[in-house]
Amino acid sequence: MHVTSPVREPLIQGGKTYADVTEDICRHVEATPTKEWKIAFGLSLIVLAYGSVCLAWTWWEGLGVWGLNKTVGWAWDITNFVWWVGIGHAGTLISAILLLFRQKWRTSINRAAEAMTIFAVICAASFILMHMGRPWMAYWALPLPNAFGSLWVNFNSPLVWDVFAISTYFSVSLVFWYIGLIPDLATIRDRATSKVSKFMYGTFAMGWDGSAKTWARYEYISLILAGLSTPLVLSVHTIVSMDFATSVIPGWHTTIFPPYFVAGAIFSGFAMVQNLMLITRVVYKLEDYITLEHIETMNKVITLTGSVVGVAYITEFFIAWYGGVEYEYYAFFNRMTGPYWWAYWAMMTCNVISPQLFWSRKLRRSITFTFFISVVVNIGMWFERFVIIVTSLHRDYIPSSWAMFSPTRYDIGDYIFSFGLFFTLFLLFSKYLPVVNMAEVKAVLRSTSAQLPAKIAGVAKVRQRGTAEPVYNKDQE
Amino acid sequence: MAELSGKYLVGVYDDDDTVLHAVPKLRKAGVKIKEVYSPFPIHGLDEALGHPRTRIGIAAFMFGVTGCCAVLTLMIWTMGYDWPMIIGGKDPISIPNYIPITFEGTVLFTAFGMVTTFLISNGLGPGTHFHPRFDVRATDNKFIMAIEMSRNSMSEEEISRALKDSGAEEVNIKQF
Repeated sequence: MHVTSPVREPLIQGGKTYADVTEDICRHVEATPTKEWKIAFGLSLIVLAYGSVCLAWTWWEGLGVWGLNKTVGWAWDITNFVWWVGIGHAGTLISAILLLFRQKWRTSINRAAEAMTIFAVICAASFILMHMGRPWMAYWALPLPNAFGSLWVNFNSPLVWDVFAISTYFSVSLVFWYIGLIPDLATIRDRATSKVSKFMYGTFAMGWDGSAKTWARYEYISLILAGLSTPLVLSVHTIVSMDFATSVIPGWHTTIFPPYFVAGAIFSGFAMVQNLMLITRVVYKLEDYITLEHIETMNKVITLTGSVVGVAYITEFFIAWYGGVEYEYYAFFNRMTGPYWWAYWAMMTCNVISPQLFWSRKLRRSITFTFFISVVVNIGMWFERFVIIVTSLHRDYIPSSWAMFSPTRYDIGDYIFSFGLFFTLFLLFSKYLPVVNMAEVKAVLRSTSAQLPAKIAGVAKVRQRGTAEPVYNKDQE
Repeated sequence: MAELSGKYLVGVYDDDDTVLHAVPKLRKAGVKIKEVYSPFPIHGLDEALGHPRTRIGIAAFMFGVTGCCAVLTLMIWTMGYDWPMIIGGKDPISIPNYIPITFEGTVLFTAFGMVTTFLISNGLGPGTHFHPRFDVRATDNKFIMAIEMSRNSMSEEEISRALKDSGAEEVNIKQF
């Protein structure tokens, strides 16, 4: 018989049975869309429509509609790309690295976090297509025979590495996520009443029956996929950082970039997970599944990675001075005190100072504060990429070519497009797919439930609608 | 899941611990169990049922080696032989620069190869959802044990009693 350790708080609150888990998660998939969901979906569609118009004009007219100039040839496009890819990293960290570390708390959030990864990478990829200017030529980045051009792609270039890294990352994440979805899709299939949902969920569940043999193989491949995704996710942001680090631009040409980018990616990704989960848990009444413990643990990860990022900023600055290369020194001095000083200090405040507030237990267990800091962190991480890209470029070696960058309506509109796309996809996901991995939550229920093992089995409790009390009220110390 | 035929006795358990302890008990009593279906993985259940250890890891390794070789070959051939070029003063074939893509290719081939093997070996795929199942509650909160009558020499009553004794809350007969 398993014994629940009294030292730790149970991961899943409210004494859930297996049937309760099915019921609590499937309810939202089976119900007709709520008014709130429709409003949110409508808003994201409007945002997406506005962004699409801007994007269409960008492609029709050409990249001249952006605020780029001869000196600043990369600005918001690559900033947004790196920002979105970074956000994606948290999902893989939760689903893969925490699986290898046997962190059971990940089961409540991994599904939504992985979905976030996939949508964030789609948004990131859209900026790659945008900044090409001629997206119909995108296939030129693939290794295709000479008939399509005069040459093969240059495999020495980090930009080509990036094509492979991002596409592998996206497709492997998608497969990992889908394999995890199959058992839950089967659960919904077996509960479905309408013909359409029976057919749709049945098709995507691919005949899953939950036999012991299948589960054994499932567990085995989950472990290998996690083992593959762990170095993969580290390689992706490493390669993204090499887009900069292998060039000879002062401010980019630093060996600290790979670890610093990876830490920053996880930092911003967890902030985005917090934002999404804090809303989802309230809307879907998942307070028993995504508890204050989960939020606190994620805040600890934010503090850790935020501190790594802070140390990286300071190290980078120290080396720029200590290294004695005057161009390098100037690049960093210019970041801090030049015309873009406000971006630099916004980055420092949001990324270095704000996560340190989570050393206070009270603050990291406060939902409102967590939400606020998560937004701040995401703003800060956007500024980090802006600072690295624009302030390193805008003053080059010849003062006569020094320039400033200011975004046009299309720079902003194309950024808005990515938000519209992200939220549209996330809302569709949260309505039509189970937001919590039911099978994995059931698997950890026994060892982590507040109730005695005997109570886990059995039928679902009758849920009194509208009277469900949020758990965190009684959890407050 | 493959098509089913014949007559089955289906034991329904409502707890994962019960079913895990029931399996060795029943096997000792001489009952041949076809399979146990559960809503989530139960550790040790496949060994208790006597299923051989999965060899999917070997397949994954093979796919990984294939991917590694394929991508490396592509790069060495295109950069070194088909259209040799000196870039950044490096040799046309400069292996260190190929490491990132070799790694990505290895991961890609391993993941897709392994997942395809997984789907095929379990008989999972589109178009299989009309196949009958023993009990749909196996994806919700019940643990279903299937016993194929034609493969057992014991009588229906004996097996039924053994199932009940091992903790099954229901025993049903399923004919396909």
